[in-house]
Parts: sequence; structure tokens; C-alpha cells
Amino acid sequence: MGDGDPAGVAIVHAMASGMGGMRTSGDLVARMQMTRGMKIVEAKKYVANKLGVSLAELTDDAVMWELRRDLKLGVVYSKRGLQKGIEAKHHIAKILDIDINSVNLFKGRSS
Amino acid sequence: MSKIVTRMGDGFTVERTEAELMKDIEDGTREASGRAKVPPLSSDEMKHLFEICKTSHKIIGVEKGREIVLSYDGGTNKVGRLGINTGRLQVLQMYERCFGADTTELSQVDYSYKAVKPVIHEDTPIMEQAQLLMVCPVFYGAMPNLGLYTQPDGPVPNPAELLPKGKIKEAREAYEQAIEHAVRDMVYVASAFYEAGADGINFDTVGASGDPDFKATLLATEILKKKYPNICIEMGMAGEFVLGMHGELTHDGVRLAGLYPHDQVKIAQKAGVTLFGPAITTATNKSIPWTVARAATYTKACVEVAKIPVHGNMGMGVGGLPVCETPPVDAVSVASKAMVELTRLDGL
Repeated sequence: MGDGDPAGVAIVHAMASGMGGMRTSGDLVARMQMTRGMKIVEAKKYVANKLGVSLAELTDDAVMWELRRDLKLGVVYSKRGLQKGIEAKHHIAKILDIDINSVNLFKGRSS
Repeated sequence: MSKIVTRMGDGFTVERTEAELMKDIEDGTREASGRAKVPPLSSDEMKHLFEICKTSHKIIGVEKGREIVLSYDGGTNKVGRLGINTGRLQVLQMYERCFGADTTELSQVDYSYKAVKPVIHEDTPIMEQAQLLMVCPVFYGAMPNLGLYTQPDGPVPNPAELLPKGKIKEAREAYEQAIEHAVRDMVYVASAFYEAGADGINFDTVGASGDPDFKATLLATEILKKKYPNICIEMGMAGEFVLGMHGELTHDGVRLAGLYPHDQVKIAQKAGVTLFGPAITTATNKSIPWTVARAATYTKACVEVAKIPVHGNMGMGVGGLPVCETPPVDAVSVASKAMVELTRLDGL
């Protein structure tokens, strides 16, 4: 993205054009760009298909909160009993059918 | 006729009539088109940009469904600069949980691969902890920063001192030595962070020292992709034009000096780059509509030829944003919407 104070740059881009991060599905779409080199339209379609939602629902905060909670993909609130950090990433790797570097490392070290 | 309030490239407001605003857009796209030999924005695209720039709203955004992915450079340095005393793990969480970030980036305060190398044993455990803590992808990022390899800061003779003496051959040899040092450091550091669990490596501000800087990053990328075929590498550029500080460097038979974004991305993706970030600088003495039109023209041509996702650099002073310590929200959101909708970027 680039330089600047977070309230002037990072947060404004997130509000104006960002997917919403883990409030919605931004981190999941990002992973498809990073692991499969997918362009944005292809990456969104892939994630929507894997999650069983429409393209519009991918950035719907209300829909994605419940879906992420149910699919154990991690949510922004730190709620008792819900998946956090590496635990959530195990489920993300499985549902998106991708390799996540840290998850593979974790599995290798804990086996 | 009422005037439209927009901003100059230095962030301060300026008034324009509708005719003046459209002329700024036409001049901006023509400037980029002429320099890079790429098509200017079409008439419809200019009208769309005109409507975006005309807004009197404090903040505007893309049409629903056209949202894109955000990646960051220097992520964990940005909060500390505000005087907020936090650890880097807390900053990563703030980006993930407070700022709506799709990805995050761990970085060190001296944002250069050379500077990271001596403290890597302290920094890699932070990446390991971050990977246990975070859900969003976590990059590690820094700059190639070839300037650090020249005397008095580094081991090789300083081309900036050799060139004024007419020692062109010696200056070129110094740059070639600096490339070797930089590639070694970039591969060493990137390998360590990838093996600590990083989701990606960000080579940021590439080309800040001209074509040698770009060459070093291409070589480091090729080595890393061979070593770790699944590694994600993001390459963010320093400017729209690769400066010919050496002048004769080539990669795969292509001369690096003078390349514009639509040619930079071709050579980057061939080297193995996963995400490419064109950077178009802002002119402080021109209006934001002029600057956005210019940035969109370069970036659109880049996205059209790219086979990999393109994340436009849109921080302070690049991608249509003003050069200003506190970039005004109205100008940032205008640029954000315009760049995404006009150029079909995959991310910022």
C-alpha cells in the first residue's frame, strides 16, 4: 500500500475499497492471490464457491461473521471457545484446499 | 457556475471550474500516455474520473462488489511513528482486528534487508509468534536499499562520488558489487523468515537506487523461487520509471533502465514475483485529478498485461495520493475509488 498515518491511509483505503479483512473474507481472498496467483475476480469466485456463498455475501459483514464462526475460520472478536490464530488457519487451509506455510510448519513440529 | 473544491498534490485545497477539472484530467492522462507510450484513458473513463473528482462528500468508495485486497509495506512501523509504544505483535493485531486489513506485514524499524541481517536471530522468533497469533497472512518486508552497500556505510566504492569524477566504469563496477551483496542479504533474510512461517516476502521500494536495485531484486526472487517453489513474493516499486544509475544492466536480455510499469511487471512475473506493485509518484504542483489521471493511465496499462495480481502502491505521495504527512481523507478516498474502478487493480 504505502506510507502515511493509519487513519489517513490504511483505514481510509479499507473503508473505501478494501474487502474488510477477517470481518468478512478479505484474508481468504488474499490467500488465493498469494498461493495460487489468482487475479481478484477469480480469487473471489474461488472463495465464494468453497464457502458456499454469493459474491455479494463475501463482503457482507453480518453474513460472514456467522459463517466464519460456523466454519471455524476465526473472527475479529476474541470469544471463548472460538478458533484463534493457528487453529483458525488449520481450518482455512482445509476449506480453501491450500497450503499455509505456518500450518505446515506447525504440523511438522507437533507430529 | 459553482466551483469544485479539490486538492493539489501537496494536500491543500484548490478550486476548479468543471472545464478546468476536465482539462486537468486530460492533461494528466496525456502526460503519462506520452511518456510510457501507452493508451490514454478513454473518453468514458475520463468522464467517470470527472464524476468521482467532483464529489463534495468527505469520503466515497467503490461500488459494492468491486472491493479489492489490501497489502501493506512497513506495516509494523506505522503505529510506532505515531508515538504509541506497542510491540510489533500488538501492531499486527491492530491491523488485523481494528484496521480491516486483509494481510499484514512484520518489519523492522530500519526497513532494509542489510540492516535486518545482524538482528535476524531476534526477529525470526517474532514471526513464529505472529504466525501462532494471527489469522490474516503475515508478510515479512523490507527494502533492497542498495545505497547501504556503498562507502561510507558499506563495503563498495560510492558511485555518487565516482560519477562526478568521470569514473563511469568504476561506478558501474561498484554497482555490480553492491548487487552481489544485496542479493546475498535478501536471500538470507527472506529464507530465514520463510522458514519461520512467513506467508510472503515483500521486496519494497524496488528501484529506489535505480536499475541496480531492480536487478538485485529480480535475481533474489529467482533464487528464492528455485529454493522455495511455493513462496509468495511481493515486489513494490519505488517509482514509475526505473532510473538508469548503471544504465547498461539487463535481465533476460531486457535493458532495465527506463522501464515503465507495463514493462516492469512482465520481467517481474517472469522472475517469479507473485504480486506486483507499481508506484506512480505525485507531483505537488499539480492537482489531484491530474495526478490520479496520470497514475491511472500508467497503472491500467500495467494491469492489462499482468498475468499476476497487481497491488497498486497508494500510500502518501504515490498512486494519486497527496504528499502530505496527514493525507486528507477526501483525497485518499477519491484516489482509492478511481484507481480501483478505472484500472481493475487486484489490490492496493
